Amino acid sequence: MSALSITNVTKSFGDNHILKGISLEAEAGEFIALVGPSGCGKSTLLRIVAGLEGADSGEIVAGGRDLTRLVAAERNVAMVFQSYALYPHLTASQNIAVPLAMRNLTSMQRLPMIGSLLPGQKAIRKDIMRQVTDMARSLKIDHLLDRKPGQMSGGQRQRVALARAMVRQPGLFLMDEPLSNLDANLRVHARGEIVDLHRRAGVPTLYVTHDQAEALSMADRVAVMMSGSLLQLAAPEVIYDDPAHIEVAKFVGQPRINTIASRVDADGAVTLGTWRLQPHDTLAPGSDITVAIRSEFLSIADMGTPGLPAHIERLEFLGSEVIVYTKLDAIGESMVVKLAPSDARGLVAGKPVTIVPQGERLMVFGADGARLRADLTFTTLLERAHG
Amino acid sequence: MTNTLSFGRAFRLTLLSLGALIFLAPYIFMISTAGKAQSEIFTSSLSLIPTQFFYLENFAKAFGRVSMGQLLWNGVVVCGLIFIFQVVIAIPCAYAMAKLKFGAARLLMALVMLGLLVPIHATSLPLYVAFDSAALLNSYTALVAPFSISVFAIFLFLQFFRAMPDDLIHAARLDGMSELGIVMRVIVPNAWPAITAFAIFSVVAHWNDLYWPLIVVSNQAYATPPLGLLFFRAAEAGDDYGALMAATLIITLPLVAAFLLAQKRFVEGITMTGLKG
Repeated sequence: MSALSITNVTKSFGDNHILKGISLEAEAGEFIALVGPSGCGKSTLLRIVAGLEGADSGEIVAGGRDLTRLVAAERNVAMVFQSYALYPHLTASQNIAVPLAMRNLTSMQRLPMIGSLLPGQKAIRKDIMRQVTDMARSLKIDHLLDRKPGQMSGGQRQRVALARAMVRQPGLFLMDEPLSNLDANLRVHARGEIVDLHRRAGVPTLYVTHDQAEALSMADRVAVMMSGSLLQLAAPEVIYDDPAHIEVAKFVGQPRINTIASRVDADGAVTLGTWRLQPHDTLAPGSDITVAIRSEFLSIADMGTPGLPAHIERLEFLGSEVIVYTKLDAIGESMVVKLAPSDARGLVAGKPVTIVPQGERLMVFGADGARLRADLTFTTLLERAHG
Repeated sequence: MTNTLSFGRAFRLTLLSLGALIFLAPYIFMISTAGKAQSEIFTSSLSLIPTQFFYLENFAKAFGRVSMGQLLWNGVVVCGLIFIFQVVIAIPCAYAMAKLKFGAARLLMALVMLGLLVPIHATSLPLYVAFDSAALLNSYTALVAPFSISVFAIFLFLQFFRAMPDDLIHAARLDGMSELGIVMRVIVPNAWPAITAFAIFSVVAHWNDLYWPLIVVSNQAYATPPLGLLFFRAAEAGDDYGALMAATLIITLPLVAAFLLAQKRFVEGITMTGLKG
């Protein structure tokens, strides 16, 4: 039995279909990143799972319990918000204690004055404070417990928000871009911390982000969403190396994957500029396709080597690598090549070169964007089409 | 640079001081008159400082002829009850309209706007008839009830609550709070600037209100301070302006004192610094 299963969830606002039937399953203790451009519905899906918004149709089951019709408070779900949503009038320790107090104390015991007279209340409060302190210590925020959110930095608030969400050991953990308000350095550091926390808690987690690098680096599996549909749910390596859809390929990876629109010739081969490529399987002659290859599977050779003739337009030196922006001579398409600095020696803007792709890394996508498993290979490269 | 700046500053200060003087002049004159003897008030010469200090005599008259304590107590009870009812009713109402989604929200908004447009003077006659037939004239109920639902308060809190982040309320729901719990534990503790701002409007308006008490109260025991002054003038003081000014000074004093004591909070409330962090 999966720890969380979302079945065919739809949501629309008027004619605007935000979610077009999303289904996904998470295993116990799994970390799933929901990634996609803004407006793809990932945050809406998270809110529906949390119970903050209702779905039009579909079902959400977690830990064997049907959550679909439960209100947020009954779902035993914890969430970290992008804005952290800490209570501004409470100190860090009071913030962290809220979910425990709401669960462990009765409404009578929570009343000010009267509550403190009721039996048993003191022991429960003491236990809550112990849990808060333990949680704070494990997140290294025990020195901040008496501060209010206004007196903390962004990183500190983010930790308090994490502590508040984790302290009650929820059945499901939801995070809505918790790192996007942090500066770049802190963000990379916090990634590791969240993954670490997740390992220790072992609670299934849905993590929404628009940052593909964050998704790939943190998650066990990545769910790529585009305009209300789930395009692919797979391990990060699969998402990167074997995308099922052109939009997935384009969204994931930096710099963006190189794409060239083309059409299948009458004989089933594909013409790419001056080169003709032979697919493994047959492609329907005359159909529109897109050929794609990632920048690191291209290399640059001197003029005259077999490959695609191009001119260098611009170079970007990034330390461990060099990004070379080129334009193909034959069809004017841009090609981005990622090289090791040692391979980029002697390259200057304006220089004519030859781009050599690694044939087995070429991917083909159909007109509807779906991957065609007829990937072209450079090893079956035919002769120059013209001359 | 420094020269022009200091000139501009001096100019501004002069202008502000002049404005303050114009606004304060009646009050200052009132303080002055409260200390004058009857004979001095009716002389043709006008002096700000009384030639003979008659404060003690005038205050003694003011306290002696009407039960000043009762008037002030009525004012506190009426203003306090009105304010408490207004806040208790308006806050949940404004929360629901600002943060909950329900079908009639637009209709309710239209009703609130409509309520803002209708002054008490338009409805006072039917209200009077209603209180009369319910035999509730000359009671605290008649003074308080018509104002217990304040559309202005709903409108003010609505604007304030709309600016509160939705995530804060979502977090509270996930933490296990009921809607009432959210209002009590999250909204109210963060709405103090709005509540203070509204408190000023409400208390000042109802402490100084003469129109409505004049309609429903004829028994001095339930008179609010301005109405009490009216009784005082008509029945007791006659043309004894010294004693009248002393009485006026007494009933304006609580508001002035409250403002001076809580000046900083009041200004904060009016500028509505809002939610930080």
